Amino acid sequence: MSAYDKVTLARSSSRAMGSFYIGQIIDDFVEFHGDRRFADDGAICGGVGLLNGEPVTCITMKRGDTLEERMARNFGCPSPEGYRKALRLMKQAEKFHRPVICFIGSPGAYCGIGAEERGQGQAIAENLWEMFGIRVPIVTVVIGEGGSGGALALSVCDSMIMFDNAVYSVISPEGCASILWKDSSKAPEAAEVLRLTAEDLYGMDIADVILHEGYRTEEEIAVELKEMLTKEIGKLKRLSTPRLLASRYEKFRKIGN
Amino acid sequence: MAETVKCKKCGAELAMDVLRKHKKICPCCGYYFRMTARERIDMIADRKSFKELDKDLSSYDVIRFPDYEKKLEKAMDETGEKEAVITGTATIGGYPCTLFVMDSAFMMGSMGTVVGEKITRIFEYATENRLPVIGFTCSGGARMQEGVLSLMQMAKISGAVRWHSNAGLLYITVLTDPTTGGVTASFAMEGDIIAAEPGALIGFAGQRVIEQTIGQKLPEGFQKAEFQLEHGFCDMLMGRMEMPKTLANLLALHRQIPEKERRNA
Ligand SMILES: [Zn+2]
Repeated sequence: MSAYDKVTLARSSSRAMGSFYIGQIIDDFVEFHGDRRFADDGAICGGVGLLNGEPVTCITMKRGDTLEERMARNFGCPSPEGYRKALRLMKQAEKFHRPVICFIGSPGAYCGIGAEERGQGQAIAENLWEMFGIRVPIVTVVIGEGGSGGALALSVCDSMIMFDNAVYSVISPEGCASILWKDSSKAPEAAEVLRLTAEDLYGMDIADVILHEGYRTEEEIAVELKEMLTKEIGKLKRLSTPRLLASRYEKFRKIGN
Repeated sequence: MAETVKCKKCGAELAMDVLRKHKKICPCCGYYFRMTARERIDMIADRKSFKELDKDLSSYDVIRFPDYEKKLEKAMDETGEKEAVITGTATIGGYPCTLFVMDSAFMMGSMGTVVGEKITRIFEYATENRLPVIGFTCSGGARMQEGVLSLMQMAKISGAVRWHSNAGLLYITVLTDPTTGGVTASFAMEGDIIAAEPGALIGFAGQRVIEQTIGQKLPEGFQKAEFQLEHGFCDMLMGRMEMPKTLANLLALHRQIPEKERRNA
């Protein structure tokens, strides 16, 4: 399968995303709304529930299913309020000593006048800065498209699980092609050179675990994801807080040094 | 004949040496020309105080991206620099600090792994030696030619900023024209004090991309330094004429008091 085939799969409107897996894996899930500052961003949804009987905070990007819902959720492109809601829920998790699981699948941060006026850059920056200090384990699961800084704002983690048909890129292949060759239809070539597949990220020590989807149903994949999350969180819970935070920094520190 | 340059704002023909003497501010209309990293360091650091660190770190084609090597060579030839950021130690008004200064002339100040590594190292150096960091940002964002490795530099630097901050040390950013994309969405916006040069373009999304997305022209002054001040995203506008003095004053106000003295106070 080519890199662009994976981009297409990762973006596919029929692909199960974070909310589906939360439904499959997490019991008694309760959603929380709002950033307590300005609004409730539908492109990011989060709350608390049980993973094997233990409380966890889950935060996911959300595109919605119907056209109407997609418009209401900005097609899964978070606004500053979405990132601020995510940060609020992470701090809540820290207070109640429960791990955080983030699910990634979004073309990128929302691009518009209001998002700039309310500090899209600042909101993402604050998440990056704060997440290096969150004193509970953070596991990020990349399911769909990991679009640039908008995805990174939920990706400062102790362990990254990546689906083998998910992608993660500094720029969309279309954007890259139009800069490089002034022709966005050359996106497949761009996808190849950007090195955005799960194997690429695993090879660069960015992704820690790859989940091979194979020809399985999403329900079957959810069972394996649950096992992986249980294992990763179990390992991380055994670390002391100073050790956890030091190794989180070390994970990113060694990228491209 | 002396080298001349035309002011983008008022159209005046200006001799380059005259312009340099005026801190690259147009004497006719006050327009701020972009400065190279070396010009910036000359302007703000005490004479002969700057000591460069990691000056030989340079990029290579990490993911074999089309034409990247050629672009790097061209940028090196044109600027005489090895990368889009210069880091080191200096004093300003006698106060010691560390500096990182980005250079928009080098591949639009884009951030790849070497830019990320140099800035991370200066924060680690500052943390070890208990020094403040003053950073001048100007960048088009993450460097596409190094793929997701560039993107991850945003996180890596943010981690280094966080550990520097945990040590109780000061970080000042001065946002200069243009500060956009992944740099805005990481270390540019993480300063304890965030200043901006008047008129600088500062934002996350590029203006053309926003215009295409919303299908309308952007209002006058959108994403300018003044706009960021008005919306609460920077502490002050910092003009070039008063910049060394203001920075020295901020360093003085945050002077590190040895712990012994603090306990006795
Ligand atoms: Zn002028």
